[in-house]
Amino acid sequence: MVDAPFDEMTSAGNGCRPAYNLVKAWLDTLDPEILKQRSHEAELLFRRIGITFAVYGQAEAEERIIPFDVVPRVLTIGEWQRLSEGLTQRVRALNAFLADIYGQAEILKAGIVPSDLVYQNPYFRPEMIGLKVPRSIYVPISGIDIVRVDSETFYVLEDNARTPSGVSYMLENREVMMRLFPDLFSEHRIAPVENYPDELLQTLRSLAPPTTRGEPTVVLLSPGQFNSAYYEHTFLADRLGIELVEGRDLFVRDNTVFMRTTQGPKRVDVIYRRLDDEFLDPLAFRPDSVLGVPGLMAAYRAGNVTLANAVGTGVADDKAIYTYMPEIVRFYLGQEPILKNVPTWRCREPDHLAYVLDHLEELVVKEVSGSGGYGMLVGPKADKEQIETFREKLKAKPDDFIAQPTLALSTCPTFVGEGIAPRHVDLRPFVLSGADQVRIVPGGLTRVALREGSLVVNSSQGGGTKDTWVLDDPTGADAPPGTPSGPAEVSSVQSQTQTGPSGQSQSQSQGQS
Amino acid sequence: MLARTANNLFWLARYVERAENTARILDAAARLSALPAGYGGTSNEWMSAVSATGGLSLYKELYDDESHRSVIDFLAFSPHNPSSIRSCIEAGRSNARAVRTAITAEMWDSINGAWLELKQFPAEGLTRPRLNELLSFVKESSLRFDGSAYRTMLRNDAYYFTRLGSYLERSDATARILDVKYHVLLPEGQPVGGSLDYFQWSSILRSVSALTAYNWVYRQNLRPWLVADLLILKREMPRSLASAYENLTRFLDEIARDYGRQGTSQRLARSTFARLQNSDIDSVFSEGLHEFLLSIIAENNRLGGAIAEQYLS
Repeated sequence: MVDAPFDEMTSAGNGCRPAYNLVKAWLDTLDPEILKQRSHEAELLFRRIGITFAVYGQAEAEERIIPFDVVPRVLTIGEWQRLSEGLTQRVRALNAFLADIYGQAEILKAGIVPSDLVYQNPYFRPEMIGLKVPRSIYVPISGIDIVRVDSETFYVLEDNARTPSGVSYMLENREVMMRLFPDLFSEHRIAPVENYPDELLQTLRSLAPPTTRGEPTVVLLSPGQFNSAYYEHTFLADRLGIELVEGRDLFVRDNTVFMRTTQGPKRVDVIYRRLDDEFLDPLAFRPDSVLGVPGLMAAYRAGNVTLANAVGTGVADDKAIYTYMPEIVRFYLGQEPILKNVPTWRCREPDHLAYVLDHLEELVVKEVSGSGGYGMLVGPKADKEQIETFREKLKAKPDDFIAQPTLALSTCPTFVGEGIAPRHVDLRPFVLSGADQVRIVPGGLTRVALREGSLVVNSSQGGGTKDTWVLDDPTGADAPPGTPSGPAEVSSVQSQTQTGPSGQSQSQSQGQS
Repeated sequence: MLARTANNLFWLARYVERAENTARILDAAARLSALPAGYGGTSNEWMSAVSATGGLSLYKELYDDESHRSVIDFLAFSPHNPSSIRSCIEAGRSNARAVRTAITAEMWDSINGAWLELKQFPAEGLTRPRLNELLSFVKESSLRFDGSAYRTMLRNDAYYFTRLGSYLERSDATARILDVKYHVLLPEGQPVGGSLDYFQWSSILRSVSALTAYNWVYRQNLRPWLVADLLILKREMPRSLASAYENLTRFLDEIARDYGRQGTSQRLARSTFARLQNSDIDSVFSEGLHEFLLSIIAENNRLGGAIAEQYLS
């Protein structure tokens, strides 16, 4: 083993990074009993409010809560500005890519991305070719998973461009922290995230179809209360002040979408749908699904309703397309990517495959279309049998897999049992793309692997969450001594170091039913 | 508002009310069964409790005995009985969960809390004191839910549909409880039975918390036809049919006013309310108490159907 992974609090010359000074002082003086008590209170709060999520295939699944860790994760404003510029750039490129492949397909003609990766992709929707999407914004809402390996280097682990979840946890975590530790908030200048619902509503309204009369009617379409993210659906509908609808509440007449109300039909202009493509319309996709709305795609085609996110965006968050994101950024924006990809081997390419087969013990192998941390091999943690099983899978269907080095994910101090210990974390900021601008509230959802040494931060696999603070403090606590404070320079991201093996975070994109 | 939301609110309130009614019926049965044998009763109070909830034929499919254990299991815990306390609280909570955005935090808290706490009661071998605890817990949960709705909800259509659910369910329960007991509620002049009858009448009153109210209204000893009068025709008695219909009419009118349109359900509610207002207990008995109650149950069903068609689908 090489060095211990980068710790967000303690990895600095003098044992504490400046941004964490106050948090460390707080932790040092705090009685573990009090922390234990507060953790317990937090759990009661979450359970009482009913913040639950479901894990499919488990009894009593409906009632699980995601463990909440009371030690916040801290980012400086400089780090945040760099991240947020990188995220904006990345999402602009994602939108341009989608508009292109459903339009002129220039990037395919230019040979930058292989055509078959797009056209053979299970998430590619031929129905979308030539369809006009308002302002060409395909992905109004995305969640980009970020991991950190040292003080300078953030990697994008995954782009979630379909129906990313978790934003309610970002907001509730902040809420609960403020209730439990009000003093911490008066001592720090923590940038607010509470305006996310406003930003989301503005984003959605800005994308209303041209046929809208008067104020656009926006609704949130949910698969219903047995979906894993149902709590989030109710939470967002409530905060946005819009109706939470299910497929049976909507119907289509004259290519226009209406909802059934106690006062008769009411026209719907924008649908924030938390339902996967294939369930949207039984006439266009899966005929056996009762979750969707017959005729919805026809209304969409006619330009009478906006779907957020657009149909067919899954092709862009595919792990095979992910490997081309740096090229995609360069092609559409003519810029160097600010945020790096994790180095990735594409098993579809013979020389990459050969390398991967030779180094299975060191690599993480992922299914191109997998999610939720399922169907993957974590080489250093796998036994011989698992490795051989994967070797056969890889040989049989190399196109289905990519491989990445096991990254030394950064750790964060975390309350475990009797005290504080470092645990691996990742970060999911939420990026909103409207007709006018890209909006990102400063923060995101930090997920933490609660088991010692574990790199699995997935909530469906026992991970927890933390409040994420962006310290809005322009004077100190930003950069290490000797470095000018303020926004870090873009070039600093380029210097990337690959540290030793340790493992791999997995991404979470909870399945929709 | 969304038709489905209104439908969920309506049924949420019905389920909470139904859980409470089932608890009250069980309470009355337990009380009567505890009477010393010397009072000469031979009727099985436990089975009559099952009848009062309208679940007799389902019960016979599920059990081959008539023991109090089986009845308690059926009415309190059985997942196969849609009117059991557990089924009602579970269904109520599921409806509440589906309309989290339309109810207040306190309402959610009361129904979710009830659902969590209910799990502490063992489904088997429930002792008598534990049964009493369970029954008061259910009544308290229902009170809390009702009180939260009353105190925290905006007075708009969401509130009105919630209230409609409560009153329609209550009207149904009162009519059914009376119907099961109609044979002990004899008209004036008929020979009055022994002590058992007396306990039966008082148990009806107790099951709807109306014993004291009876004394206030009539200022005389228990008379069976007056028990019927109180629970059918007296508007001042909150669980009476007349009171339920007064409220059904009122809340349907509120909705019609807000929406600017009257419909079938307003007409049906008004006509049943008028019928209850224009009757006296003698004419009810001359029509036949059983027949009268059956017709009210049928009108409840018609009204429920009309509300569903007009607003909930």
